[in-house]
Amino acid sequence: MQNLMGSPMEMELERTLYPYVTGSSVLAIKYKYGILMAADTGGSYGSTLRFKDIQRIKTIGKHSLLGAGGEISDFQEILKYLDELIVYDNMWDDGNSLGPKELHNYLARVMYDRRNKFNPLWNSLVLAGIKNGEKYLGVVTMLGVHYKDNYVATGFGNYLAVPILRKEWRDDLSIEEAMKILEKCMRILLYRDRSSINKYQIAEITDIEATIFSPYSLKTFWGFSAFKEPAKSAEGSW
Amino acid sequence: MGSRWSPYDNNGGTCVAIAGANYCVVAADTRMSTGYSILTREYSKTCKLADKCVLASSGFQADVRALQKNLSAKHLFYQHQHNKQMSCPAMGQLLSNTLYYKRFFPYYAFNVLGGLDNEGKGCVFTYDAVGSYERVGYSTQGSGSSLIMPVLDNQLKSPSPLLLPAKDAITPLSESEAVDLVKDVFASATERDIYTGDKVEIVIINDVGIRREYIDLRKD
Repeated sequence: MQNLMGSPMEMELERTLYPYVTGSSVLAIKYKYGILMAADTGGSYGSTLRFKDIQRIKTIGKHSLLGAGGEISDFQEILKYLDELIVYDNMWDDGNSLGPKELHNYLARVMYDRRNKFNPLWNSLVLAGIKNGEKYLGVVTMLGVHYKDNYVATGFGNYLAVPILRKEWRDDLSIEEAMKILEKCMRILLYRDRSSINKYQIAEITDIEATIFSPYSLKTFWGFSAFKEPAKSAEGSW
Repeated sequence: MGSRWSPYDNNGGTCVAIAGANYCVVAADTRMSTGYSILTREYSKTCKLADKCVLASSGFQADVRALQKNLSAKHLFYQHQHNKQMSCPAMGQLLSNTLYYKRFFPYYAFNVLGGLDNEGKGCVFTYDAVGSYERVGYSTQGSGSSLIMPVLDNQLKSPSPLLLPAKDAITPLSESEAVDLVKDVFASATERDIYTGDKVEIVIINDVGIRREYIDLRKD
């Protein structure tokens, strides 16, 4: 245990300096009746793919889904905090339940508080939910920066998926259309993001219920002619 | 060796405020960025702190939100204790004190506070990140401020503070002329500042109340 302050009496707790086991991007999109969220099931340990079966999307209470990229152990700790929150909320037994807006605010405060103590939870969180017909989709980063929008992506998804989502999102997407858009984004991330894997979990939340589907893989195509003879135009080009 | 984790980020954006004889215009763009990415195109940087007092802040959004919450809570206390709303100059002092309180771990927020003073005249206060402030006739803060400030200086002809007798810094422009000027400066800043764009939210405070206008800006 490093004593960072140099004081002989106090032993300061360690701080998170860098993440170890990390999850990649999370995508989410609002459609007509609810929200769809997607994330792959991989947990990388630096450049090694250490875990291939990690659930990075969880249901929270009756009305919300939480997806996380970044340090997996910090995500598990956040789930513990939220568990406690939901238990206390249920104990009131007053017919009211925490909605996605409240959870988003709570998570933003927790992340900001940890950032203030220089001991961040190294995650990018996506909070999706629907309560009384009102859809809500928000993001919280490890610095406490938070925002909501009609479609979101974390990590590499910000660069590769958001442009596609911005072009193709509409107010009244059907669930099939929304799935197509998400799969298009996930396929591009699979081709171009080194830390993504071809095993996805999609989660859907509507006013009626929240469902996390079983993992599945996307069809990929590698039969491009340029790949078959990679050295064909090597001379004179780069 | 990688770069050390920083507790700060710059989410960009520009804020402007102009004080008139009996109105005040406060405006900010609605783009939130990080690095070279846009996180969202529809995010409000303005916050109504009191009936005749609006704060616009750019910089690190998590700090901005925490600062807005902090001030709103303090205003609620004030209302309970004094049974009235805080005046804009009073809120101005409170904001300065709140910022200086975190002098050694600052709120990375660049603020302009606009509203009506006790006499119903427009007032604008401009701040740095640690709370030094002054009352001015107009101001701008944020990523596009260096592009906008010279234009406002040219158009609003602020008198020198060294003049005797002291001359009022409040602009003689009408409310609609001031709003038009705000639209023009944001359109100009959007051209050259990558962090400014998408939409501008214009908040107009006068004796009738507060109203909002949204104008589209370039999205590139």
